[in-house]
Amino acid sequence: MTALDTTAPAPSAARFLRQPRLAVGAAITAFVVLVAVVGPWLAPYGENQITGDPYSDAGVLGTDYLGQDVLSRLLYGGRSVLVVALAATVVGLVLGVLVGILAAYAGGWFDEVVMRLNDAVLAFPQILLTLLVLSTVAQPTSWMIVLLVGISHAPRVARVARGVALGLTRRDFVTAAEALGESRLRIVVREVLPNMSGPLLAEAGLRLTYSIGMVAGIAFLGFATDPGAADWGQMINENRLALLVQPWGVLAPVLMIGIFAVGTNLAADGISQLTSKGGDR
Amino acid sequence: MTTTRTTTPDPAAPGTTPDAPATTAGAPRRRGPALAWTLWAARRLGLAALTLWLVSVLVFVATAALGDPVKAILGKEAATNLGRAEQIREQLHLDESLWDRYWHWLGGLLTGDPGTSVANGLPVGELIGDRVVNSGVLVLIAAVVIVPVSFGVALVSARHRDKRLDHGIQLVVLTLAGLPEFVVGIVLVSVFSTVVFHALPAVTISAGGTAPWTQPASMILPVATLVLVVAPYVVRIMRSTLLDVLDSDYVDLARLKGVPERVVLRRHALRNAVVPGIQVIGLQLAWLASGIVLVEYLFSYPGIGASLVDSVRNSDVPMVQALAMIVAAVYVVVNLVADVLSILCTPRERTAISS
Repeated sequence: MTALDTTAPAPSAARFLRQPRLAVGAAITAFVVLVAVVGPWLAPYGENQITGDPYSDAGVLGTDYLGQDVLSRLLYGGRSVLVVALAATVVGLVLGVLVGILAAYAGGWFDEVVMRLNDAVLAFPQILLTLLVLSTVAQPTSWMIVLLVGISHAPRVARVARGVALGLTRRDFVTAAEALGESRLRIVVREVLPNMSGPLLAEAGLRLTYSIGMVAGIAFLGFATDPGAADWGQMINENRLALLVQPWGVLAPVLMIGIFAVGTNLAADGISQLTSKGGDR
Repeated sequence: MTTTRTTTPDPAAPGTTPDAPATTAGAPRRRGPALAWTLWAARRLGLAALTLWLVSVLVFVATAALGDPVKAILGKEAATNLGRAEQIREQLHLDESLWDRYWHWLGGLLTGDPGTSVANGLPVGELIGDRVVNSGVLVLIAAVVIVPVSFGVALVSARHRDKRLDHGIQLVVLTLAGLPEFVVGIVLVSVFSTVVFHALPAVTISAGGTAPWTQPASMILPVATLVLVVAPYVVRIMRSTLLDVLDSDYVDLARLKGVPERVVLRRHALRNAVVPGIQVIGLQLAWLASGIVLVEYLFSYPGIGASLVDSVRNSDVPMVQALAMIVAAVYVVVNLVADVLSILCTPRERTAISS
C-alpha cells in the first residue's frame, strides 16, 4: 500500500518488519494493487472481447455472462474499484480530521453541537446514506460514489481525530507553542497534526478496508457506474446467477476483494499496535 | 450516544465525555433518587428523540432535495411521457415547497402513515409489515448464536493467552474482521450449496408469502454469514476486556488465595466483562440493521434489506424513506437500550445518578 508507506513518519525498516501484521498486510495489499495496476497489460484478451460462449470454460478462468474472458476482465477490473475506494478514503479522512480537530480545539458549545450532529450521522448505517442518494439518481457516477462513501466515513474519522487531538491540546508542547504566541492554525498544522499521524494512519487503513467493501458492495447490489466495463464489484453482480455453472466469474473477483480487505485490515491492525506500543512509553 | 464513544477509545480523555459530569454537576445536590432517575431517563430519551429527528431531516434531504425523483423513476421517458410524470409529481407532492413536504411526510410517519409506494400504488405500511418481521427474526437468530459463540471463543482465547491456540484464534478473527459481508456470504454459498457440496439452499424461496423460517434450512447460510461477520468484533473486544480484568489486582489476589482458575475466570473475570460485552453486542446488533442489506440481497431473503435495494433501484422514494427510518430507528433504540443496561449494571454509575 504505497499511500500508507509514503505518509508514515518514516518508521525505520527494522521497526516496520518487526511488526509482522503490518509487514504481511502491506505485502498482501501491495500484491493486489500490483495486479490491478499492471493487469491490463498482462490480460490475454481485451476488456470487452468475446472469446467464447457465455459461461463456457474456455480460457484459464472460463467466460462470463456475455462470453468475455474472466481472467482478462479480472486483470482489467481492479483499477476502478481501488481508485474509487482510495479516493473515498482520502475524502473521508480529510473531512473527518478537519471536523475532529476543529471540535477538539474550539471546545465549548461548538464542540457539543458538532459532536451531537456527528451522533445523528453515526446513527446512520454507512451504506444507507449511499443508497438513499442513489434512489434519486438515474445513473450513478464514480465521483458520486467517492463523495458518498467519503462523507459516510467522515463522522467516524472525526470521532477518532477529536479524541486524539483532545489529548494533544493539553500536552506541554502545545501549551508552550501557545505561550510563544503562535497562531492557532500554525499550532494545529505544526504541532498537533504530526503527532496524530500514528492513530490516523491506523484509521486510514481501517477506512480503506471498509471503503473497498462498500464500493464493491454497491456495485454488487447492481448500481453500476459504468455498465459493461470490467469492475470487480460489477463482475460479481453480472455473473452471480451462474455461480453453479461457472463459479470463477463470481469467485475470482470476490477473492481479490477479500484478499485486499484482509491485507489493509492486517496493516491497519499492525500500525495501531506499533503506535500504541510507542505511545505507552 | 455514549455507546458509540466506547468503540473508538478516547485515549486522551477517559471519563470526560460531556454527558457524565452534566448529570450531576448542574443539579442541586440534595434531591430524591426517584427524581434524579426520572431526570436521567428523560434526558436519555430526549437525546434519542433529538437524534431521530436529525436523522429524519437527513433522510428527507438525501432523498427529496438532491435529485429529481421523476427523472429517476421514468428515466428517458420523463421528457415524453408527460402524463405519467405529472401523476408522479402529484403523488409525491413535488409542487409543494420542500418545507411543506417535509412536515407532511414527518406528520405521516408519526401518525403511522408513511405514504404510498410509487412502484405499485400500495400503502408503504402494508408492504413493509411482513418484511420487518422477517428481518427481525433473522437478526434475532443471528444474535442468539453470536453471543455464546463469541463469548466462548474469547474466553478460550484469553485463557490460553499468547499460546498457539490464542494466536490461531486471533489470526482467524483478524482475517474475518476485514472481510466484507458479501465476500463471506458468497464464499459460504459456493462452498456449501453450489460448487463443493450441495448441502444447503443458496437462496430463500418463500412461495406465496409463507414466512422464510418455515424452511429452516434456507435460514442457515444467511445466519452463518451474519455470525461470521459480527462475531470477530465481539471476540476481539471481549478478549481484550478479559485480559485487562485478568491483569488486575483482585484477580491476582483471588489466585493467591488459591481459587481455582476456572472459578477465577467465571466469577471474577467474566462478570466484570459483562458491561463491555453489552456495549459491543448492542453496537453490533445496531450494525446488523444495515448489515442485512447486502446479506438479504445475496440470499434473496424477503426482509427489509432486500426490499430497500429493490426500492432504491425503482426510485420508490416513499418506500426508501420509510425503510431508512426503520433502520435508523433500530440503530438508535438498540444503542439506547445498551447504554441504559450497561449503566444499570455498573454500581458506580448507578450511585452517580441517584446521589
